[in-house]
Amino acid sequence: MRIQITFSKQGALRYTGHLDLHKLWERAARRAELPLAYSHGFHPQPKISMAAALPLGFASRCEVLDMKLERDIPLEGLRDTLQGTLPPGIQILAIEQVDDRAPALQTRVVSAEYEVTLTEPVDGSELKRRIDAVMNAESILRSRRGKEYDLRPLIESLTSVSSPEGRGEKIIMKLSAKEGATGRPEEVLDVLGIAFEETRIERTRLNLSTNLH
Amino acid sequence: MLTPEQIERKLDRILLKVQKPGRYVGGELNSIQKDWDSVQTRVALVFPDIYDIGVSNMGLKILYDQINQREDALAERAYAPWLDMEDLMRQHGIPLYALESKRPLACFDLIGFTLPYETLYTNTLNVLDLAGIPVRSAERDERHPIIIAGGHACMNPEPMHAFIDAFVIGEGEEVIHEIIDTIQNAKRQTSKVNLNDVQPLTFDREALLRELAQIPGVYVPRFYEASYLDDGTVARIEPTVADVPKIITKRIVAKLPPPPTKFIVPNVDIVHNRVSVEIMRGCTRGCRFCHAGMITRPVRERSVDEILQAAEEALKSTGFEELALLSLSSSDYTHVLELVTKVGEKFGGTHLKVSLPSLRIESVSIDLMERLKDRRSGGFTLAPEAATERMRRIINKFIPDEDIINTTREIYRRGWTTIKLYFMIGHPSETLEDVKAIADLCKRVLAEGRKVIGWKAKLHAGVSTFVPKSQTPFQWVSCDTPEQIKAKQELLKRELYRDKNIKLSLTDAEDSFLEAWLSRGDRRMAEVVYSAWKKGSKFDAWKEGKKYDAWMEAFAEHGLDPLFYTHRQRRTDEVFPWEHITAAVRKNFLFQDFRMSLEGEIRVDCRLNCYACGILPTFAGLRRENPGEGWKCPDVKSPSLKVISNSVISKQPAQSDAEELPVVGD
Repeated sequence: MRIQITFSKQGALRYTGHLDLHKLWERAARRAELPLAYSHGFHPQPKISMAAALPLGFASRCEVLDMKLERDIPLEGLRDTLQGTLPPGIQILAIEQVDDRAPALQTRVVSAEYEVTLTEPVDGSELKRRIDAVMNAESILRSRRGKEYDLRPLIESLTSVSSPEGRGEKIIMKLSAKEGATGRPEEVLDVLGIAFEETRIERTRLNLSTNLH
Repeated sequence: MLTPEQIERKLDRILLKVQKPGRYVGGELNSIQKDWDSVQTRVALVFPDIYDIGVSNMGLKILYDQINQREDALAERAYAPWLDMEDLMRQHGIPLYALESKRPLACFDLIGFTLPYETLYTNTLNVLDLAGIPVRSAERDERHPIIIAGGHACMNPEPMHAFIDAFVIGEGEEVIHEIIDTIQNAKRQTSKVNLNDVQPLTFDREALLRELAQIPGVYVPRFYEASYLDDGTVARIEPTVADVPKIITKRIVAKLPPPPTKFIVPNVDIVHNRVSVEIMRGCTRGCRFCHAGMITRPVRERSVDEILQAAEEALKSTGFEELALLSLSSSDYTHVLELVTKVGEKFGGTHLKVSLPSLRIESVSIDLMERLKDRRSGGFTLAPEAATERMRRIINKFIPDEDIINTTREIYRRGWTTIKLYFMIGHPSETLEDVKAIADLCKRVLAEGRKVIGWKAKLHAGVSTFVPKSQTPFQWVSCDTPEQIKAKQELLKRELYRDKNIKLSLTDAEDSFLEAWLSRGDRRMAEVVYSAWKKGSKFDAWKEGKKYDAWMEAFAEHGLDPLFYTHRQRRTDEVFPWEHITAAVRKNFLFQDFRMSLEGEIRVDCRLNCYACGILPTFAGLRRENPGEGWKCPDVKSPSLKVISNSVISKQPAQSDAEELPVVGD
């Protein structure tokens, strides 16, 4: 049986990285006594895979993982059982069964949406001007870890909203998240001249292709 | 003082700039955060090394569990931030805080350090400083928390006497409650006074410490004074006030309390991701170099059922992938076969890794491991400690060479491809021939392995350097000089580097000296510790932290010679700096055992024969109140007769303390 879990990752858990998150779910499944399936071989690994790695420090309300179980179990009550074994900071939003033959989760991710809260005051109209400049540019050449790439085609949308109370601005962006073409929010922020440590970033949506075969 | 919210806001700005920020945010499963205002006493438990090592410390786990079971108290945790984090914390004015509530350590009533080894001393000072608490006990007042420390290194607390308000000598499970009760009492009395008095009166720190000093097993160094002879050795250590004990005897629990099962599950990778269950405390083998074996007597065992139940509960509550059954000598646990059989039955086929450290060198050990492991991964570890029979007699870990060869051959034959052998160099009276024998033994073991499984056979030799410890039969001996250690290490490298299938690991000689100065240091060493820390030494167990030069300068600054502490054979009548602290194993017994080592005489397992180490008379009352199977000291009915009938023991000095021995079982 294969199940897909959508969950949020907040608070202290923002500082738990991708590999450690894997381990966290493996242990949670064990605590909940799920019949987790393992790979064969000398170092058996649990069959858990995640849609898209979330960078360290980001919160999320849309993480998705896929878990293979050795046998079928009833889905009813599973959410509560599993939630009871999770540390504070991880909240299960949905659990559903998926077709055993469905393609790997990672290959289905198309794009990701982020909400960036600015913790220091900024000039809203200046921010808008810079966003327009980014969106109007034909290409934005950047280099990351010694590799040159064009950021612009990875940005699908980029807007800002002022909070109604006038307390800070938010930036909303939708970035490509296909294999080999993944936009990183901190790169966009850098282009906008916003220091990473003056922000709180939350992933709000992962868009998965609906093509299941 | 900063509020938790202010600290969190500051943290958010720096955490992504450090390695593994998950160390500094708490939020782990099974951590306990109580309502701050609902309790009277708040305790911060500190392991003064990084989170990755500290989380799995057994001592703090037990205390965390004990304190949080009380309704009137809470316990939170803190660890030493790694160098990168410390820099940023200082830069941004973030004091060291507890992981659960994010409150500064300075807000707590009591801070408890665990000091299992000496290389944590500078870190302890650093943690206090980072918490904004004066590092010297004498500079703290009623605004500051009471600072206590416990753990194996505290069997000689003197090098830390200036920084810790009160030491717990021995086991902490019961005494921690007595300490908390005493603090609560003192505060209650203070608040009564406050009601009637106009003056803002807070509790009197000195009076509280005086009360703490009344608790058996608690040592408050400010009420004692040391004087020295012209040769630099201690003349006397005496109380300066009337109502504190002259000798502080370690505390023990008569029966091991139920083991903790709600282990903290870190959200980041740490060193030991496992459930550990202590199956037995203490050891009856009497290896003369072994600090733990001498100071954790008597042996007390848990029942198989209790261990199994605790393991099951803990695995269920943590989901950890490994179970460690801990003790100083697994093979000596009375029901070890039953235990591993049942563990194998219960957890077989669940991908659980089970570890059973400290097995004796005999074929039964292989049977035990086979029951625990579906596969032969990870190597098989044995600790002969020395490679010649002469040396093994001296250290009282006697195993004939043939047993080592036969056992290791059998290990290879049964499917393990890697054997790890642990040795020590620097044992008393060790020669280069004894060291060369280590290399020869390794080669012989591997050669036998090759006969059985061919070139797949591998061997890993871990060779550490012996450090003489207080409260052991070797507390009188001199360490090897740096030159001797280096020559011995070079010899091993020369002998073993040619074979690609032998891996040799050596401990850094400088690390061993640091440990050696501190483990038998006196009160004057406190100033050296302070200066070394001031000069930037911290994380002394880490190559990134330790500054050997800083230590050498610190010695020079205070006119002390490091060699005085390490490379000096103690006089037979020497008063030790720890003379007023006892692990209940008598100095006479230790001295006699030291003399026997010089003659190459061994003492076999004291489960079979009582050698009158002093534990039974000291804890006679406790044992009488707790009859039954738990304690593994033999019943000593007519002690004098039994002692004399034993040939080894008949060499005891005439003044046996037979009359002190309790008559048990009547």
